Amino acid sequence: MSLLEITDLKTYYRANGGWVRATDGVSLSVDRGETVGLVGESGSGKTTLAKSIIRLFPKNAEIIDGSINYDGTEITELTDRQLRKQIRWSEISMIPQNAMNGFDPVYTVGSQIVEVIRYHEDGTSKKEARKRARELFNELGIEPDRIDDYPHQFSGGMAQRAMIALALCLSPNIILADEPTTALDVVIQDRILETIKEKQREIDSAMIMITHDMSVVSETCDRIAVVYGGRVVEIADAETIIMNPRHPYTLGLRNAFPDISDEDKDLISIPGTPPDLVDPEEGCRFAPRCPFATEECWEVTPEAEDYGDGHMVECHRADEVEYLQEEAAKKETWMEQKIGQPDETTPEVTSDD
Amino acid sequence: MSTKTNSPITNLLDGLSNGARYLRDKFEAFEGDRLGQIGLLILATFIFIGIFARPITIEFLNITIPGIAPYDPNERAVGGRLEPPSSAHLLGTTHLGRDVFSQLIAGTRVTLIVGSLAAFMAVFIGTNVGLVSAYFGGWVDDVLMRITDIAYSVPFLPFAIVMVAIIGSSIVNIIVAIVLILWRSTARVIRSQVLSHKQRPYVESAEAIGASHIRIMYLHILPNVLPLAFLYAAFAVGWAVIAEASLSFLGFGDPAMLSWGEMIFNVYTADAIREAWWWVFPPGIAIMLFVMSVFFIGRTLEKVVNPELRHKE
Repeated sequence: MSLLEITDLKTYYRANGGWVRATDGVSLSVDRGETVGLVGESGSGKTTLAKSIIRLFPKNAEIIDGSINYDGTEITELTDRQLRKQIRWSEISMIPQNAMNGFDPVYTVGSQIVEVIRYHEDGTSKKEARKRARELFNELGIEPDRIDDYPHQFSGGMAQRAMIALALCLSPNIILADEPTTALDVVIQDRILETIKEKQREIDSAMIMITHDMSVVSETCDRIAVVYGGRVVEIADAETIIMNPRHPYTLGLRNAFPDISDEDKDLISIPGTPPDLVDPEEGCRFAPRCPFATEECWEVTPEAEDYGDGHMVECHRADEVEYLQEEAAKKETWMEQKIGQPDETTPEVTSDD
Repeated sequence: MSTKTNSPITNLLDGLSNGARYLRDKFEAFEGDRLGQIGLLILATFIFIGIFARPITIEFLNITIPGIAPYDPNERAVGGRLEPPSSAHLLGTTHLGRDVFSQLIAGTRVTLIVGSLAAFMAVFIGTNVGLVSAYFGGWVDDVLMRITDIAYSVPFLPFAIVMVAIIGSSIVNIIVAIVLILWRSTARVIRSQVLSHKQRPYVESAEAIGASHIRIMYLHILPNVLPLAFLYAAFAVGWAVIAEASLSFLGFGDPAMLSWGEMIFNVYTADAIREAWWWVFPPGIAIMLFVMSVFFIGRTLEKVVNPELRHKE
């Protein structure tokens, strides 16, 4: 049994009388010590999925259905108090996107780390907690004396390191990293990622890495889940997703990132916008933007199919993998498709001029 | 398990002392601000006079610190009737032969008590209402804000007069009447500030860490909005003093505690307002100076809350 087992999770937001289906029937499992990447566009529901795990969402969000099983504990059934005392931070911690604002500006960084340690561990003295905070700072490459500084005295990279220290101070089993390096420059990015990986190995915790950056996941993750329109459309080990994906969206996503080894390669973006998740209709969510969409794609929501080694794909045409990969690599395929439902547009009219 | 070292109370105290340190840092706003410095100076003088107005006896040390007031303010016929200022009576005497200067000094104490207590209570209530209202939102917000709206619709003087007439005119009742009206503005302003703070990432971090609502509200959001509460407290002191003076002038003051407002009321009822200028002006000027000093201080504190004001001259 995996450490974390998410089954058919549905987290919806109430909005203007309808439901925004930010996470709509997602199943995902995370093993001990494993790193799973969640990749997708902004608004695809990857953050909602991750935050559902510790039920950290605004009041208008709700877990409608599904189960989140953490090491035998059903998280959806815990009371707020149990969740606070047993799960949050001590078992599952989080590295937020923007560390600078993640700290309360009126307290020193050190006192916030000390507070967290002492809040969750009864009987740890202030002195011990401080000592641990200093050690963590040292290991993460920050001058230990800086724990008495206020958050605004830190640089972006340092604040992010400090946030990592905060996330690791209780040696959690799972770390949710919500785009931990997006706010940083590339040089620092790499170092931070390395630091995270190193510490993660040390305390043997699992990690869920949320990002829209393919290069980040390919470097850090064991498995990658591609999220689109509130669903995991494709999941496999990192190499398969990078080298041999089957879902057209993954193919498109891969095109949109530069490849250093191939200088001539043009970047191709996926035209159109992420789908409106308010009460979506039947059918594949990606169909309006998919150059390979058939009638079936519009009418029937694809089921996840297993292609071996835990490679799950939600696509009706995933069997035609060679054709898809070949066509998807061409720019014309993406640029010349029509966005929207086929029967809404008039039949093709050829024009001489 | 040593919950003693980790009790909510010690944590709260920790939080408050942190907040106080934060505020102290912000006091540098007074540097180079002449009006703010003048305000502080006047206020400090008033506080000094207020504390040492009457003789203070410390029992167990067996010493008596002499008061500043030369006479007992309530003793009759320490001088002649309606005497103009002289060296014996710096500010003359009343129609009953009481010493006006002594009354003025003694009145400082009442003003300070009313001003500080009413402002503290009003800001305390207002801050809590605003904090709870904004943090929880939904129906809690609706209920609390409608109550605030009702408080806004009540005109101060008629309300205070009716209240004091019913429950009696003691200094405590006057303070209660002032507080019941004064908390409303703080509640609204703090609410809007908290609304913005609760969306900030540090609140989400605190939530992810497992902090309870109370902890997030009082340990994380409150210290961030405290400077604003402080500003409103400064203004509330001014309003409370004016309100007390108005009530006393209308004859609803505490008869046992002579305040500046009541002095003017006494001149008025003694029908001496046209001749005894030495009895009318001192309390009036004292009220003006006191309120002015707190508003000067408030004006300087406003720069802390609203940095835009710092660069405009």
